Amino acid sequence: MLVEIPRLRRYARALLGNRAAADDLVQDTLERAWARCALWRAGSDLRAWLFSIMHNLRVDQLRRPNLPSHSIDEDDFEVPTRATQSDRLEVRDLESALRQLPDEQREVLLLVALEDLSYAEVAGMLGIPVGTVMSRLARGRERLRRLMEERPPGVNLRVVR
Amino acid sequence: MNKLPMTEDDLQAWVDGALPAVRRGEVEEYLATHPEEAERVRAYRAQKQVLKAMFQPVLDEPLPERLQALATPPVAVDPEKRPFFTRWSLQRIAAGLLVAIVSGAAGWLGHAQYQAVDSRQAQRVPLPRQAAVAHVVFSPDVRRPVEVGAAQEDQLVAWLSKRLGTAVRPPKLGAIGYELIGGRLLPGNSGPVAQFMYHDASGQRLTLYVTTENASNRDTGFRFAKEGPVNVFYWIDGQFGYALSAGIDKAELARVATAVYDQLERK
Repeated sequence: MLVEIPRLRRYARALLGNRAAADDLVQDTLERAWARCALWRAGSDLRAWLFSIMHNLRVDQLRRPNLPSHSIDEDDFEVPTRATQSDRLEVRDLESALRQLPDEQREVLLLVALEDLSYAEVAGMLGIPVGTVMSRLARGRERLRRLMEERPPGVNLRVVR
Repeated sequence: MNKLPMTEDDLQAWVDGALPAVRRGEVEEYLATHPEEAERVRAYRAQKQVLKAMFQPVLDEPLPERLQALATPPVAVDPEKRPFFTRWSLQRIAAGLLVAIVSGAAGWLGHAQYQAVDSRQAQRVPLPRQAAVAHVVFSPDVRRPVEVGAAQEDQLVAWLSKRLGTAVRPPKLGAIGYELIGGRLLPGNSGPVAQFMYHDASGQRLTLYVTTENASNRDTGFRFAKEGPVNVFYWIDGQFGYALSAGIDKAELARVATAVYDQLERK
């Protein structure tokens, strides 16, 4: 179990973009896993099982009502920004672009990118057909690319109403 | 222009290096003649690499203590022996059932209440039905099956007698194997009713439901009703209505009902 935790954390961090929330999700996942360890078939892939538990928890969380929030386009403010091409900003920008993907696309994209899973494995974890994995992956990647191309580097503000 | 038509899936699989060698060659041929597509899939590849690099450091971060602790089972429970339904989840299920039953009963009682108001016809919930619902609601309760326990039987008797406006006393059923757990006050059709709960050595519970609302009713003999899984023996004696409910078979319940009846007659 111990060796799987860092990978769960990495994926959760990438998915949620927030350290505390990600670690909470990992904690919930581990707790649920222990509570249900009788259901785990010895010899089957522990990592895949843990990731699917995390996915299901996430689905449960998303069903719960959230604080209503909306994105503010930086065009609304026209804040002059220095044109920097530093790596740090690029990374930040990719991360903020990642936040703008629909959850289902971000999930597939990250499982493929970070965990090097096959499409069939991702489909099994999320309980969706492989075709759905493929179309979410294609749409997610394309959207991310467009976000990166069209938007100048900047910070995406998010406020809670 | 190609052997097999190039699909988006092929291009995605190329990005992830998931193609067999032959197909990969075909995709690369295709990309050589389609620069825009080539640029697109290379962007995807770069994306993947940056994402990986971006989150790689998380793997090397020291684990917070709360996660470290969960690398082993959270409590001193042998994971093999841990039941699928933990006590906690059973309690939740029981709570859910209780809510469902109470709401159902409340809605149904309320419905009857409105009918009574509307039609001026005293459409009352029949005694065995009331008793069975009360039995189903309270007898599964592990922690608080009763409001006042048998240890304070005197207080229980004094309290229920006062609230019902007449002397009520739980019959003693120890001789036939049932001990009093305690009792509670419940709302009936138009006022308070009492419920006494007993259990036998195996934990099987039965409840005696006592109403004093039957001013207009004639006396009856023993009657039997089946409300779902609950068997009910009931009878009316003057102003009193009695109903004995349990999930036990009819013969056993009849034996208990007879004992209760005998005691009440003798008082």
